[in-house]
Amino acid sequence: MPVQQSTDALLREFEEHHPRALARAISLAEAGSAGPLIRQVYERTGRAMTIGLTGPPGVGKSTLSSALVRKARSLGKTVGVISVDPSSPFSHGALLGDRIRLAEHFLDPDVFIRSMASHGHLGGLSGASADAVLLMDAFGLDIVFIETVGVGQSEIEIARLAQTTLVALQPGSGDSIQVLKAGIMEIADIFVVNKADHPMAGQLRREIRSMMEMLDFSGWVPELVATQALDGTGINELWGAIEAHVAYLNESGEIEERRREAFVQQVHQLVLGRLERRLARSISQVALCAGIDPYAAAEGVLRQFGAGEESDDAALPVGRPRAAVKGLA
Amino acid sequence: MALDRPLRVIVAKAGLDGHDRGAKVIARALRDAGMEVIYTGLFQTPEQIVQTAIQEDADGIGLSILSGAHMTLFPLVLEQLAAQGADDIVFFGGGTIPPEDVEELTKRGVRAIFTPGAPLQEIVDFVRRECGKRRAPAA
Ligand SMILES: Nc1nc2c(ncn2[C@@H]2O[C@H](COP(=O)(O)OP(=O)(O)O)[C@@H](O)[C@H]2O)c(=O)[nH]1
Ligand SMILES: [Mg+2]
Repeated sequence: MPVQQSTDALLREFEEHHPRALARAISLAEAGSAGPLIRQVYERTGRAMTIGLTGPPGVGKSTLSSALVRKARSLGKTVGVISVDPSSPFSHGALLGDRIRLAEHFLDPDVFIRSMASHGHLGGLSGASADAVLLMDAFGLDIVFIETVGVGQSEIEIARLAQTTLVALQPGSGDSIQVLKAGIMEIADIFVVNKADHPMAGQLRREIRSMMEMLDFSGWVPELVATQALDGTGINELWGAIEAHVAYLNESGEIEERRREAFVQQVHQLVLGRLERRLARSISQVALCAGIDPYAAAEGVLRQFGAGEESDDAALPVGRPRAAVKGLA
Repeated sequence: MALDRPLRVIVAKAGLDGHDRGAKVIARALRDAGMEVIYTGLFQTPEQIVQTAIQEDADGIGLSILSGAHMTLFPLVLEQLAAQGADDIVFFGGGTIPPEDVEELTKRGVRAIFTPGAPLQEIVDFVRRECGKRRAPAA
């Protein structure tokens, strides 16, 4: 199979359900050039359940993913996992090790695992992972898990891609408390206190509850589930909480809001990505002008920007109704 | 508008030996050279390694074997790669492997084998060159 492939050839293999085509498609997404393919397969998206899993390093997110994949497989669901690890700020290379915990699923043809690094993506990381989610969805995977290290803004954005967001924390760790304070409370649909075998587990649960009291919830009130991902303790309860959240989204109609949020965010990223590249070009041109002051330079760039060739799409495209999310049952 | 995407390399350990220090050193060197390294952990089977490489759309696979089982494990990976139509992936290895075995394995299709003492830079250069060729076939 050639490495360089036309969109048509790739689309054909994608439709014939070759895992390699999905893999190539995600690589295109990482290179910021999956657009033509996604436009072809977009109609088939909107059916997958998407579950985000975020939290500090080492709390057991990958181990939890593996346990949740096991659960989903026992229910006959096909599964995609997107695991995002930080890149090195120096080389932009990355050491992606989440797979270690998912080894039991490597030979399952109905589980597709993809590791992603958090830097060097056009339109930010959330651009590439949003594409990856769409591609897995279009490929026909029933459930897509997205694991990110919950430390920064882009990770929070990724969590927003998901319909249900789990925030995993561990007892006896300052990191976990920091995360609670850093505004990640608001994105949690379900709190997972993993390593519940730890003596401080009770204290962390109390801590989460008291932080929750400071927030106002309308509609869904986040659930709190204790797990031991390594031996599977609490995974059935966690699954129950996920099901309850999905049911809530569907019954309340909030699912539409979630989808709109994810959609808006992806469009925002796409537009921003394009603008940023044009902006970089304009600024580097202006920077070549000798003796110009920064304000005059900014004026110049802005003037150039308002008249660009990419800003004249007048008509808005027409949308289409979306399929209902498949339930978990 | 394709963006440069870092090379992606699987670093794997197969067989029953639990020594992954060498593999981790290579993994870090490749990362520091700007590549995305997917580390699979210990005790991987050839099938698991090749499935991983396919899903990750890897440009290369580096396999470390210290257990002495290299004459079975390397050919099994080659076999899997061929069976999956994935033999464009650059497959290389490392370990304590006698010269005559190195010769035999490279003849069979392992692209390079690095034995203890090979300079890290040599390995990095090899991966960058060969995986780079795979990305952009002679234009
Ligand atoms: N004691 C205990 N250790 C766990 C549990 N879940 C995961 N771990 C361990 O925590 C470490 C980090 O797990 P990992 O899933 O890689 O965490 P991540 O960085 O959040 O993805 C590993 O050594 C796991 O074996 C648990 O429930 N109890
Ligand atoms: Mg992890």
